[in-house]
Amino acid sequence: MAAYILKRLISAIPVLFGITLIVFLIMAMIPGDPATAILGAYATPENVAKINKDLGLDAPLFQRYFIWLGNMLTGDFGRSYSLNRPVLDEILERFNATLILAGTSFVLCALFGILAGVISAARQYGWADKAITFTVLIGISIPSFFLGMVMILVFAVRLRWFPVSGMYAIYGGGDLPDLLNHLVMPAIALAAVATGVVARMSRSAMLEVLRQDYIRTARAKGVNERKVVLGHALKSAMVTIIPVLGIQAGFVLSGAVYIEMVFQWPGIGRMLVDAILKRDILLVQGGVVFVAACYVLFNIIVDVAQSLLDPRIKS
Amino acid sequence: MIQFLKLLFRNRLAALGAVTLSFTLLLAVLTPILPLPNPNITATADRFLPPFSDGHLLGTDHLGRDLFSRLMWGTRLSLAVGAAAALIAAFIGSTIGIVAGFMGGRTDNIIMRLVDMLMAFPYILLALAIVAALGPGLVNALFAVAAVNIPFFARNIRGVTVGLANKEFVDAARLSGMSNLQIILFEILPNVLPVIVIAMSTTVGWMILETAGLSFLGLGSQPPQADLGSMLGEARAALITSPHTSIVPGIMIFLIVMSINLLGDGVRDAIDPRLKSGALSRPLPATIVERDTTPPAPSDDLLALQDLRTEFHVGDRTYKAVGGVSLKVNKGECLGIIGESGSGKSVTALSVMGLVASPPGKIVGGAVSFQGNDLVGASYDQLRELRGDRVAYIFQDPLSTLHPLYKVGDQLIEAMQAHRKMPEKEARARAVELLEAVRIPNAARRVDNYPHEMSGGMRQRVSIAMALANEPDVIIADEPTTALDVTVQAQILTLLDELRRERDLAIVFITHDFGVVAQLCDRVAVMYAGRIVEEGPTAPILDDPQHPYTKKLMACVPELGGGKRELHAIPGLPPAVDRLPQGCAFAPRCEFAQEVCKQGEITLDANGDRAVRCLFPDKVSQTEVTS
Ligand code: SF4
Repeated sequence: MAAYILKRLISAIPVLFGITLIVFLIMAMIPGDPATAILGAYATPENVAKINKDLGLDAPLFQRYFIWLGNMLTGDFGRSYSLNRPVLDEILERFNATLILAGTSFVLCALFGILAGVISAARQYGWADKAITFTVLIGISIPSFFLGMVMILVFAVRLRWFPVSGMYAIYGGGDLPDLLNHLVMPAIALAAVATGVVARMSRSAMLEVLRQDYIRTARAKGVNERKVVLGHALKSAMVTIIPVLGIQAGFVLSGAVYIEMVFQWPGIGRMLVDAILKRDILLVQGGVVFVAACYVLFNIIVDVAQSLLDPRIKS
Repeated sequence: MIQFLKLLFRNRLAALGAVTLSFTLLLAVLTPILPLPNPNITATADRFLPPFSDGHLLGTDHLGRDLFSRLMWGTRLSLAVGAAAALIAAFIGSTIGIVAGFMGGRTDNIIMRLVDMLMAFPYILLALAIVAALGPGLVNALFAVAAVNIPFFARNIRGVTVGLANKEFVDAARLSGMSNLQIILFEILPNVLPVIVIAMSTTVGWMILETAGLSFLGLGSQPPQADLGSMLGEARAALITSPHTSIVPGIMIFLIVMSINLLGDGVRDAIDPRLKSGALSRPLPATIVERDTTPPAPSDDLLALQDLRTEFHVGDRTYKAVGGVSLKVNKGECLGIIGESGSGKSVTALSVMGLVASPPGKIVGGAVSFQGNDLVGASYDQLRELRGDRVAYIFQDPLSTLHPLYKVGDQLIEAMQAHRKMPEKEARARAVELLEAVRIPNAARRVDNYPHEMSGGMRQRVSIAMALANEPDVIIADEPTTALDVTVQAQILTLLDELRRERDLAIVFITHDFGVVAQLCDRVAVMYAGRIVEEGPTAPILDDPQHPYTKKLMACVPELGGGKRELHAIPGLPPAVDRLPQGCAFAPRCEFAQEVCKQGEITLDANGDRAVRCLFPDKVSQTEVTS
């Protein structure tokens, strides 16, 4: 097991480098003088001189890449000009908020997606299956940002069940119940599409598995039907579902950008959009690399989970 | 193509999607010539008019602009941008994929590495980075969305191209002196095009949504130009006071995406042939029973099938897989059921414990009497209690019939614990014992193996051990040795025979191999087209077969236990059981067939302890068989 984890970690290293390279190359597409472009509205002569020195911007392209990479490896992501603080500090703070939101949504989509898929498959063509299929169809067709807005209208404005936006109440908030109260709507809005996709894939994976010979064997042994479905069938179906969860984690992370805008959630997605609008390139660069790296590491966890489930993978 | 469309539109939801989408497209195309007010004329006095106001069907927005007109123009823009992004992504991505797949080797390797890296990004991050570099704006957003989707096309198209690059027609083209470019354009591209189109149709919805999303964030279309996303983004500020300005564009996006999804699902279902046959339905825990006749009274035998009939209903066709079979087996006895594949022997065996896949299977008549109780009429709970406890199964291919993700020991333990409470430790000890009983060496270590870590013969021993776990009265073995090679097959047969004698088991042995029957079975029933055509004690039947089919079956078995052979030697095919001929089902392949054979029902006539379903058994028994 440890060997497998190590192997996956090592294989992630070139991917991580690739990510930095791609981000760097994209940023190199910026037309004109890079220092001025990076600084945008903050391009005072002193700042231009400083960033040229910081990033070695007079140096050739590939040299610049290694300087930037070397700095990042030592934890120096540069300084955000629009916020006037180290990029990494801002990222860590914002990523924390995103992690709470996206993490919750991911758990929701995995839990309810699989549950719905299993029920749907076990009751194929029954009313529960039809209801779930219909809900899923609606769920995967609503843009998450629109769903978020509708939820605000209904549950915050009309029904007043939840606060309209933000992560904590401005006055007297800050504790866990307050956070949860703010979290409910954005987490659900963000989870909706992914839940639908997971439910669909789980349903078809379960249907596929339930037709297998070993399910018939389990039934022939006299194993009760609940165990057949939730044990034998689901375990095999998870082999198909887990990679889907890995992909959906990426979609949840992406969707978080919209949801953070709609619900004024102080996460990294909103930070990125603000940074783009303010042309704070270093902040964008750092944020993108950071989140992408986290996603790569998350996918290693997914792979490891997969190998724990399926003994055939290691050999 | 026409058939495909028919199939597609039989799916009402897909048709609904197609209609909605076409209507939207039509409106988008017609927008410039519709009598709409200018979408960009502001009128501060008329801000936030509600829907159905005078002159403004859907009301106005925060600048007093006509919402309906803006919706039409916005839809048009969103659709155009999404489609353009799809085209660009498809063009660049497919080019990359074709080049990589066609060139192979190093080029392929490097390109695909790069593609994999692009795919390591959550898609929006990449799009955001591109927009950050190029600056906000609709065209830049379009490029960003297209770029993000390039890897998807590259990877899919490469896969298809790799498959084509080694085909003969490509080699032929090369020999005829065509250049690489010519080959790609005239040989590869036409074959790849359909895949590209399908990939586009599945992603265009996404791209519409993604560009709308970037506009929503303020990174796409810039005022006064508006697509659906930026309309929604601008309206967000007035969400609470004038919700209609948000809801109108939101619902439009929803409708577009949903209609594309519905259509896409329909296309997928129409292409996927598995769905056509309805094969993707899951089998219920027990076979459906719909008996149209009153079942016969239970018999005194240990296990007796009484005029059992099992059918498959697929579409409007009915396959009579088992057409009235009566058999019995008692303690210590081994009954063979023999026939070609499709003769109904396996379905007969599975019907006993209600294990026929259902739907489409259905037991429509007769009874299965076990210890004096009718199993066909039994509830699922009663069946479940008997399954594996009193009547156990061994199936054909242990690689597919053992669960791949559980250790064999755990599968054995589960078989026991399904029927009696047993502490884990005791169950484990018993599992080792069972493995020893089926002569698995190193049983104490083997219990912790997964099925894939064992050989075929060992796996089948595990299946047998599992069948023995609860010391059943009857074991039904459905071709348990067919998937194994000859020596292993002989070992397994010997093992089964020993176990039967040791434990006084009743065995029902399904096979297509007379050699196996001769070695193992006391009595044998020959099945053809869902019915028994000959039945009796093994030795006399082997000596003197009276049904022409039996005779032919025997003739195709040159030696005992001959291993993995199918019965190819009998000329002709068994009849499809959805349209059985009148009279004798074997007549079309029978060398003794006469006109009378094709008329009326031919009964299974008993003669002493044998029975045969043939009009001329004596003639058959006197003739040397020719095969
Ligand atoms: S009944 Fe006639 S056709 Fe049928 S097996 Fe006997 S001889 Fe052949």
